[in-house]
Amino acid sequence: MTMEALLLAPVSLGFISAILGALISVTDSVVNNYGEVDININNGKKSLKVKGGSPLLGTLAEKDIFIPSACGGRGSCGACKVQVLSDVGPHLPTEIPYLTKEEQAQNVRLSCQIKLKAGIEIQIPEALFNIRKLKTKVKKITSVTHDIREVLLEVPEGTDLPYVPGQYGQFEVPPYDKIKEPTQRAYSFSSNPNDKKHLEFLIRLVPGGIVTSYVHQHLKEGQTINVVAPVGEFHVHDTGAQMICVAGGSGMAPFKSIFANMVDSGEIDKREVWYFFGARTTKDIFYLDWLSELEKKYPTFHFIAALSEPQEGDGWTGETGLITDVLHKYLTTVISEGNKEGYLCGSPGMLDACMAVMRKNNMQEDKIYFDKFA
Amino acid sequence: MSPILNPFSLFFASIFTSNILLANFLGMCSFISISKDMKSSNGLGLAVTFVLVITGMANWAVLHLILIPLGLEYLRYIVFIVVIAAVVQILEMVIDRVSPALYMSLGIFLPLITVNCAILGVVLFIEIRAYTFVQSIIFSLGSGLGWWLAIMALSAIRKKVDKAPVPAGLQGAGITLITIGFMAMAFIGFSGMLQVQ
Repeated sequence: MTMEALLLAPVSLGFISAILGALISVTDSVVNNYGEVDININNGKKSLKVKGGSPLLGTLAEKDIFIPSACGGRGSCGACKVQVLSDVGPHLPTEIPYLTKEEQAQNVRLSCQIKLKAGIEIQIPEALFNIRKLKTKVKKITSVTHDIREVLLEVPEGTDLPYVPGQYGQFEVPPYDKIKEPTQRAYSFSSNPNDKKHLEFLIRLVPGGIVTSYVHQHLKEGQTINVVAPVGEFHVHDTGAQMICVAGGSGMAPFKSIFANMVDSGEIDKREVWYFFGARTTKDIFYLDWLSELEKKYPTFHFIAALSEPQEGDGWTGETGLITDVLHKYLTTVISEGNKEGYLCGSPGMLDACMAVMRKNNMQEDKIYFDKFA
Repeated sequence: MSPILNPFSLFFASIFTSNILLANFLGMCSFISISKDMKSSNGLGLAVTFVLVITGMANWAVLHLILIPLGLEYLRYIVFIVVIAAVVQILEMVIDRVSPALYMSLGIFLPLITVNCAILGVVLFIEIRAYTFVQSIIFSLGSGLGWWLAIMALSAIRKKVDKAPVPAGLQGAGITLITIGFMAMAFIGFSGMLQVQ
């Protein structure tokens, strides 16, 4: 066989493929060019001219309107819901699992799943206009346990970021190693909202987690980090009822912020607060000194930590056993009486179990507020 | 060489007597699964017909203008599949833009047209039977319409069957396959009238 004959087949195949490839890219640039489209938000309250063709979530973010999203647009958290008033076609199979029947009837959509093809009219909560992307500086990183880091950020001079304790911010880490795109994950503020200069997060290392691994292995003091904030509905309800708070691990964060704020406002003296914290061993407990001090200073504040796997010789004298059992014990004895509200923050498994205990002890379902880790 | 040179005979033969689905049993997977919904069947029928005509023409041109002159007929399978894949890709983008509702209802079956046996089958018949360019267009259009007709007929029948008391063990795919068998027999009844080889 001559050289020519050998080359003929691959060259011809390459030629045919090249023509087809060119045809595809020409069609793509013609068909998928949507030009400029209008986004009308809240009946003309705000209207934007944007480039079409991309998902709504990212397009809005480019225009500094941040729809909450814990997963960063992968369609796995279901947080980025918006009500769409114009017709953008039927709900996609990727949206249905995250939407209730009522939401579907109101044409609530996941903004990360809708591609902007034409002008669109949407309805979003007014509070979302306050969400901003801040360029913050990492001031201090402290390991509070073997797997939880306290990250203190300095907000830019002159920013006023009012937030309610219990709200969260979306921490954005730059591309690193094999991660090619900036990645956002949501973490509750653990800082005192009266400290206008700083934001603080508690970030627990999740094996394989993109953002948590970055925070634990790459993040350095002095570095700049983007935070989209404030987001979220979790907050203390001003009713004067006894607060039954339950947390595990980095679920400590919103409560640290809530208690610090209550100390500042003096509310901590006026309201019974029971704070249950579940951990496996003494290695997983943190802020013990601060919490015991609060307990000593304010007779209305009660801190109950429980270890599920106390080790011999660790000198633990507090409660032992699962946090649900300890919670049940207190709810049936010391705090069986009075008006109660539940506040929960932690892993979905722990939250569901604690909610079941609360319901069993006659706490009203609609008085149990929670912040579930996604 | 094809004994039928009359374009009308070729057209009707490819729709009825040599129906690509019911006489040659090509393109069965999407035929069975999509036929449970009439609207999607209609859309898929249209898409298959469209892809068939385009790929029929494109592959005839590739075969006669590139492969045969260069003596590369042995590459035909790989080339045919690549052309079909590209056409489907383009069609997918166009449908997404023009009719998002159709795009949604076709779902995964639109990209799966790429591996729909009916498409490659028709292209290979065109090659084996040495059709001319015009004959290729007529044959692929007829085959597409035949496929469309068959899936519409089946989905209409399935609509009736849904209301019938089907034994538990035969519900779904079972009764559908039996139905297809009867349909095939009915279509074979035409075969004495016209023959396409």
